[in-house]
Amino acid sequence: MELFLEVTLKLLSGFGVTCKLFILTLVFSLPLGLLISFGTMSRFKPVSALFRVVVWIVRGVPLMLQVFIVFYVPGFVFGTPIAERFDAALIAFSLNYACYFSEIFRAGIQAVPRGQWEAGAVLGMTKAQVFSRVIFPQVVKRIVPPMGNEIITLVKDMALARVISVVEIIKKAEIILAENAIIWPLFYTAAFYLIFVGALTLLFGYIEKKQSYYKI
Amino acid sequence: MSFTEKTVDGADIMLAVSSLTKSFGEVSVLKGISFSLNKGEVLAIIGSSGSGKTTLLRCLNYLEIPDGGKISVSGTEYFSIDSGVPKEAEIRERRLHMGLVFQSFNLFPQYTVKANLLLAAKLIEQEKLKKRLNNREIDKAQYKEEKARTAEMLIQKADSLLSRVGLSDKADSYPCQLSGGQQQRAAIARALMLEPDILCFDEPTSALDPELTGEVLNVIRSLKGKDSTMIVVTHEMEFARNVADRVIYMADGVIAEEGSAAEVFENPQSEALRAFLGAAKRK
Repeated sequence: MELFLEVTLKLLSGFGVTCKLFILTLVFSLPLGLLISFGTMSRFKPVSALFRVVVWIVRGVPLMLQVFIVFYVPGFVFGTPIAERFDAALIAFSLNYACYFSEIFRAGIQAVPRGQWEAGAVLGMTKAQVFSRVIFPQVVKRIVPPMGNEIITLVKDMALARVISVVEIIKKAEIILAENAIIWPLFYTAAFYLIFVGALTLLFGYIEKKQSYYKI
Repeated sequence: MSFTEKTVDGADIMLAVSSLTKSFGEVSVLKGISFSLNKGEVLAIIGSSGSGKTTLLRCLNYLEIPDGGKISVSGTEYFSIDSGVPKEAEIRERRLHMGLVFQSFNLFPQYTVKANLLLAAKLIEQEKLKKRLNNREIDKAQYKEEKARTAEMLIQKADSLLSRVGLSDKADSYPCQLSGGQQQRAAIARALMLEPDILCFDEPTSALDPELTGEVLNVIRSLKGKDSTMIVVTHEMEFARNVADRVIYMADGVIAEEGSAAEVFENPQSEALRAFLGAAKRK
């Protein structure tokens, strides 16, 4: 029993890192994803082409490889490696997920009928006003389910940070395995993920319900 | 009959359009449209689909930029190909001369009916106040006071417009809770909030069930008055005949016939218009 408690506390500290990485990744990748979606929708062809290529590369290369690249390549190129492993993982995840989110944003924005833009325009609203007051709330309503999907995947992708030795929960379990020669903590990590993802699922359900007062 | 200068009875010319053209790629949709409209007049634009009616309205509202020609509102330039395309901010300002009611209503679904009316009006008033604050015409305290006062004023205005279109009891409903006819009446009230000089209707009843067209047409009819200038693109011939002061028949991007409602409906000059009116009657 004492061992169980000790392992639980150790894994909890690992899961704290997972959560911190998760939340910071969301904070950076959501706005960045929105910006990238504007880029891919730009009417200026070279800009949209550039952003599409970026999205293609980032979505086309394994996330694990991108974590390695962000961690090691600056050292080769500029001679100064990224000081913090955590930061390298955060950058790789943020960029990667921003590209996935950008496609969800794009789909959400393009699904809003043009008439909504035009109605705002003829009422003398600026494009920014129409976007923030009229379009974006409708985008949010539309994209809650696919975003929920992607965000749940993100929680589990956090485990990839261990390839550059960020001590998140699975790395922690591996350390316990190496030091104490017990393997069950590794399987026990699943419980942490399940509880967290369960909470997120409830949250997304709540957000969806909050938006259900109107139809689009 | 020419409408270029002052009209015979000396009424003010509200809108003057001359030689307006618009193409989409190879397709020429407007091939030189010229007409004018006096203050307080109701103009009905009729014609078969693809004749350019909607494109004309969209050009009047800067939703499309014409390729050529001129538009002036109350004698001042609204669009001129010689002056080029105005900047975004300038377009916004000019647009406020016009109002547009869409075929598909285009209410903002996430806002109540009243919030739909208030949204743009509030933003515009706030912008004006901010400008006065920045120019030091008013101080912070006055700004706050004015802001509260205009908000109150706009709410009253919205309430009175909603009662005018018969939707007082729906002020707090969301668009999805309304019938098509109610939605369109709300959209009309929303357009009236900004007090446009000219209110345009783009087939306002075409998306409605037949039994709902009456309530919308009645609201439009009730708006008629010496101060409200309106342009109605419509397929409702009875409505056009009864409400419009003038009627334009468009065909293939040009004004094929124009005149008073009586002239156009009782005495069509061209075979095309006769055929069009005959077909409309059979429907």
